[in-house]
Amino acid sequence: MTQSHTLTATGLARTTRFRLDREGWISLSLLLILVVGATVAYLAGERFFVNLASRMVIIALAGVGLNLALGFGGMVSFGHAAYFGLGGYVAGIGAFHAFDMTPALGIPFLPNGSDQMIPLWLTAIALCGLLAYGIGRLSLGTSGVYFIMITLAFAQMIYYFAISWPTYGGEDGLPIYIRNQLWGLNTNNSLVFFFLCFGLLVLALSFCHRLLGSRFGAALTMARLNPIRLATSGVEPRPIKLMAFVISGMITGLAGALFADLNGFVGTSMLDWHRSGEIMVIVILGGVGRLYGPVAGAMLFVAMEFWLGGLTEYWQFFLGLVLLAVVLFARGGVFGLLAGRSRHE
Amino acid sequence: MNDAVLRIQNLNKRFGALHATKDVSFNVMPGEIHALIGPNGAGKSTLIAQIAGTLPPDSGTLWLDGQTLDDLSVAARARQGLGRSFQVSSLAESLSVRRNVMMAVQALQGTSFRFWTPVNSDTSLREPAEAVLEQMALSHRADTQVAELSHGERRQVEVACALALKPKVLLLDEPMAGLGPEGTAKLTTLLETLKHQVPILLIEHDMDAVFRLADRISVLVAGEVIAHGTSETIRNDPNVREAYLGDDHA
Ligand SMILES: Nc1ncnc2c1ncn2[C@@H]1O[C@H](COP(=O)(O)OP(=O)(O)OP(=O)(O)O)[C@@H](O)[C@H]1O
Ligand SMILES: [Mg+2]
Repeated sequence: MTQSHTLTATGLARTTRFRLDREGWISLSLLLILVVGATVAYLAGERFFVNLASRMVIIALAGVGLNLALGFGGMVSFGHAAYFGLGGYVAGIGAFHAFDMTPALGIPFLPNGSDQMIPLWLTAIALCGLLAYGIGRLSLGTSGVYFIMITLAFAQMIYYFAISWPTYGGEDGLPIYIRNQLWGLNTNNSLVFFFLCFGLLVLALSFCHRLLGSRFGAALTMARLNPIRLATSGVEPRPIKLMAFVISGMITGLAGALFADLNGFVGTSMLDWHRSGEIMVIVILGGVGRLYGPVAGAMLFVAMEFWLGGLTEYWQFFLGLVLLAVVLFARGGVFGLLAGRSRHE
Repeated sequence: MNDAVLRIQNLNKRFGALHATKDVSFNVMPGEIHALIGPNGAGKSTLIAQIAGTLPPDSGTLWLDGQTLDDLSVAARARQGLGRSFQVSSLAESLSVRRNVMMAVQALQGTSFRFWTPVNSDTSLREPAEAVLEQMALSHRADTQVAELSHGERRQVEVACALALKPKVLLLDEPMAGLGPEGTAKLTTLLETLKHQVPILLIEHDMDAVFRLADRISVLVAGEVIAHGTSETIRNDPNVREAYLGDDHA
């Protein structure tokens, strides 16, 4: 089992080896930078930077989802925009019908749309789980490049479906006029919204940490390292991988719902294959198979997008250079560079 | 015949023009070591692969403990009680020896869809794994990464993984290779006691070990079983001497 996911209070306390301490501290530092950064920006009245931090957190969450499939399950999905976008559309469509006071999807008998985050999140998670189950079932028979292509193909199908469905804006997308609500919280407040997203990110990280250390995690690790060994031990690799793929899609879908609320808008750009690539890039940038890798990756990505993007419209060229450097010289990604190679038990 | 643990009947496998398994039938009885010998390329590993389910046969039937294995996956066969070691070891290189063995213990308990309890501190997984490692005299290597082991040790870890499944039959593909004289002697002693716990189908090139261990021997040449019998009969069979023992083995 990789030990790259050592961050929890008890995990830190129990860790005796220096390496692990360092990994834990770096993970903690990344989270602290986000919290302090967002808070300071808020106090300074820089709402834009608070939202930038929220963006980092949400994209990190999407990456945490993909990392479960890509990094820990060895399933190179090039179609995670499907879940990201579906999550976004759930938030958007829910808000749309809540605003109109019409039933969800315009289908009578369905309950009215909702502008409450919790039911929207749960719906997004459930639908993304179903979608990932379907796509996973059909894709997991293949591997390597075929798996990459087939996941991409499914995501593209959904992309074109969204484009051709005029009710929800088609190509123009769907605005969310009023950010969805959560109990009595003022979700319109940028810092409140940041902490909502941040809380979910920490929850997802703790969940994955726990998951990866469990029996299921042991089987998933073995499915990635040596599926023949796993089968010879008496465990079918396919259902294990499928389950990880489903959970992966759910987490990325939740990130999508938050992203739509952050931007007050959901459009087909959330389903675009560029988006799949972007999520994959932040996972690789941060460190494939490192639990906190996507956090590092998302922070770097959004920072580069902002600063380099402000300097030159060719910022993606520089992103490409950084990515190339990471792939060539730092196989463990930024996180690997900071925390050293991942340790195995 | 009916109380055979493993029954193989009329198994056939072709790779294009190569008839790698030619109408092979034999069985493994409780309490015995059944050795399968034959020159390089005879089709021994191919046969094991078909029994274990990694390679589908063209025709033929397999029974384990009276139940057919034919439609079962590799994992299902393992759960039914087929323990296997590979000729070229197949383990998770970056994991510790203990973690490799614990996987089999976990499978035996049928509990891979538990998402919460950490395995690291789970004594119900660790203790059975450690017991098997002790039996294999590998306790001192429990925390070592498989990647750091010698070839011989890897074979032993594979046997340990197979044993952790509490199998009904063990399929061992050249477990002695790369062990050296001392290791071979140790493993021979171990297998001798083990056979009372679980019958073994043993593929082995070390003829001293085979003649010492095997209750019965089947000789495979060019995909075909050319002789069956006790050590004595095989040792003195002129066909076997010509086809196999005579040329490349002392
Ligand atoms: N997947 C395959 N495709 C084509 N030919 C194969 C395949 N697997 C094995 N063979 C061929 O089948 C024959 C039997 O191979 P096998 O590995 O079973 O021999 P073996 O008896 O185990 O030999 P050794 O003692 O060297 O391990 C060989 O000629 C081999 O080249
Ligand atoms: Mg062989």
